[in-house]
Amino acid sequence: MNEEESATMSTGYPPEVRERLETDAKEIIGRYPKARSALLPLLHLVQSEDGYVSDAGYEFCAEMLGLSKAEVVGVATFYTMYKRKPAGDYNVGVCINALCAVMGGDQIWDELSEHVGVGHDETTSDGKVTLERLECNAACDFAPVMMVNWEFFDNQTPESAKQLVDDLRAGKEVVPTRGPGKLCTFKEAARVLAGLPDGLAGEGPSAAGPSLEGLKVAKAHGWEAPGGAVSDR
Amino acid sequence: MTTLTPVLTRNWDQPGSFTLEGYGEYAAARKALSQDPDAIIQMVKDSGLRGRGGAGFPTGMKWGFIPQNDGKAHYLVVNADESEPGTCKDIPLMMANPHALVEGVIITSYAIRANHAFIYVRGEVLHVIRRVQAAVREAYEKGYLGKDIFGSGYDLELVVHSGAGAYICGEETALLDSLEGHRGQPRLKPPFPAVAGLYACPTVINNVESVASVPSIVANGADWFASMGTEKSKGFGIFSLSGHVTRPGQYEAPLGITLRELLDMAGGIRAGHELKFWTPGGSSTPIFTAEHLDVPLDFESVGAKGSMLGTRALQIFDETTCVVRTVLRWTEFYAHESCGKCTPCREGTYWLKQVLKRLEKGQGSEEDLATITDIADNILGRSFCALGDGATSCIHSSVKLFRDEYLKHFEIGGCPFDPAASTVWGSK
Repeated sequence: MNEEESATMSTGYPPEVRERLETDAKEIIGRYPKARSALLPLLHLVQSEDGYVSDAGYEFCAEMLGLSKAEVVGVATFYTMYKRKPAGDYNVGVCINALCAVMGGDQIWDELSEHVGVGHDETTSDGKVTLERLECNAACDFAPVMMVNWEFFDNQTPESAKQLVDDLRAGKEVVPTRGPGKLCTFKEAARVLAGLPDGLAGEGPSAAGPSLEGLKVAKAHGWEAPGGAVSDR
Repeated sequence: MTTLTPVLTRNWDQPGSFTLEGYGEYAAARKALSQDPDAIIQMVKDSGLRGRGGAGFPTGMKWGFIPQNDGKAHYLVVNADESEPGTCKDIPLMMANPHALVEGVIITSYAIRANHAFIYVRGEVLHVIRRVQAAVREAYEKGYLGKDIFGSGYDLELVVHSGAGAYICGEETALLDSLEGHRGQPRLKPPFPAVAGLYACPTVINNVESVASVPSIVANGADWFASMGTEKSKGFGIFSLSGHVTRPGQYEAPLGITLRELLDMAGGIRAGHELKFWTPGGSSTPIFTAEHLDVPLDFESVGAKGSMLGTRALQIFDETTCVVRTVLRWTEFYAHESCGKCTPCREGTYWLKQVLKRLEKGQGSEEDLATITDIADNILGRSFCALGDGATSCIHSSVKLFRDEYLKHFEIGGCPFDPAASTVWGSK
């Protein structure tokens, strides 16, 4: 490493990266009446660059918003989605909140963790997969639930979970149950969370499985809201 | 017999329901923007709509608290941080029908005279965020957001903001702190957000389902909405059935429907098993048993039986499930999510977790039951926000209803249940 590179590492991003991030950051900041509101999105943005919130990321956010680095770190460490060390391309979460745990999430976690050989918030040596024990992800009617890079993988079993991770590590194509036709990487996901869309909203079903059970029952019985309820046409 | 009333869920089976083309032309928003804002507030008051995020506060009244002609900016913030264990209605709603929410945002913002609105979505639902972002973009492109909407002279900016993993941000003032770029910790009230909310300006914070219900009220009238539901709990709501049910899912029905009716529609408890306990509205609501199958699921009736309607998150557990294990897991959740601001919640949830772990392993004693009850008594009503209160619900209700099951754990020195039997595949 030459002197210039080492200086870059300690003080922030290389100029071309910084320029690109600054353009994005300014657009994001411009959406808010007060700049500091952009802090969470900016933390997602730097995570989309590095796969975690690096030192350079903290400094970048602080500079963009006129905050101290300590203030930025203080906020970032409150939230579980910001990784504090380099993570895998695929963040694989297993819901272990009460309902999913009872429905099989505990067994999925135990078998998956043993199969992969890493525990909570640990990454496989190939850098592909980070495992995480998740709290409720609002898909309880699809229990047991897993999330990969915050896409839904519904109705899992220990076998499907192990296959999923094997496929991810082997570079095979993996498709969320309710999501786009292709799984994006952790970094790509973070960019959408920063507020910079990836154009995939149109992919995947409107709704699926349990989400439609009530509607199916209503239709089978001819049940409607009073007067047929105009919604909006 | 109560029948289902699909309104918000009505288009979910249509491909493209999440696009403007699949949704419609925002006729309700057009209609609303041609009226006086106060008339919209009155209409929502008359409809009897109460907050769908759990607390059930009358929505129109909340809007009416915003001071007018005060010279300050007003804000609407949609609470889309759905994270209460068991609650899973707003997420599919935003995925399948985000335009109902965006149209509701326009009408609500107009009524409270806000020119800037935010949808704060939990960060862990990437595809839902994509759908909401796309719906907002479509609305901008059509001129339904931005300057001079529908030629009314009314301007509105709408920002989709992703959270970053913190249950506490579903608490409205913690959400505001988070949206201002801070740690998500609740604020002291008063002042209430209606007076000093986002950026210390008058702010309405409404749940996704509440806001998404508004276009249907404007389109069909307050009387139409009030014709559904019970005397004090009007209208429809999405009931989310999960757990040991034959067909779990989202069932949109008038408030006041019972679990017995819902279970009939959902094919009953999974084959060969029976109902043991359930939550009426998420993990923060005291548990019920088969004794409560016929309780009308409205705010008053559920309250009268000692629980809360909450978010209509019906988590259903059959006789294979260990109550102690379930309560332990909920408690671990509250301990994990406690923001640390106040001592009763921070320390109390931590100690509840420790004692329950011991109990679940069968290493406790009857005295431990007194201890967890005592800890819960010292959290309830003494915490800074409702997270602490919510953490005590399953403790108090489970010790009351299933004391013998706790005792059984110490008697045999372990858990009397086989966890494999509760799994989806265990019953096959």
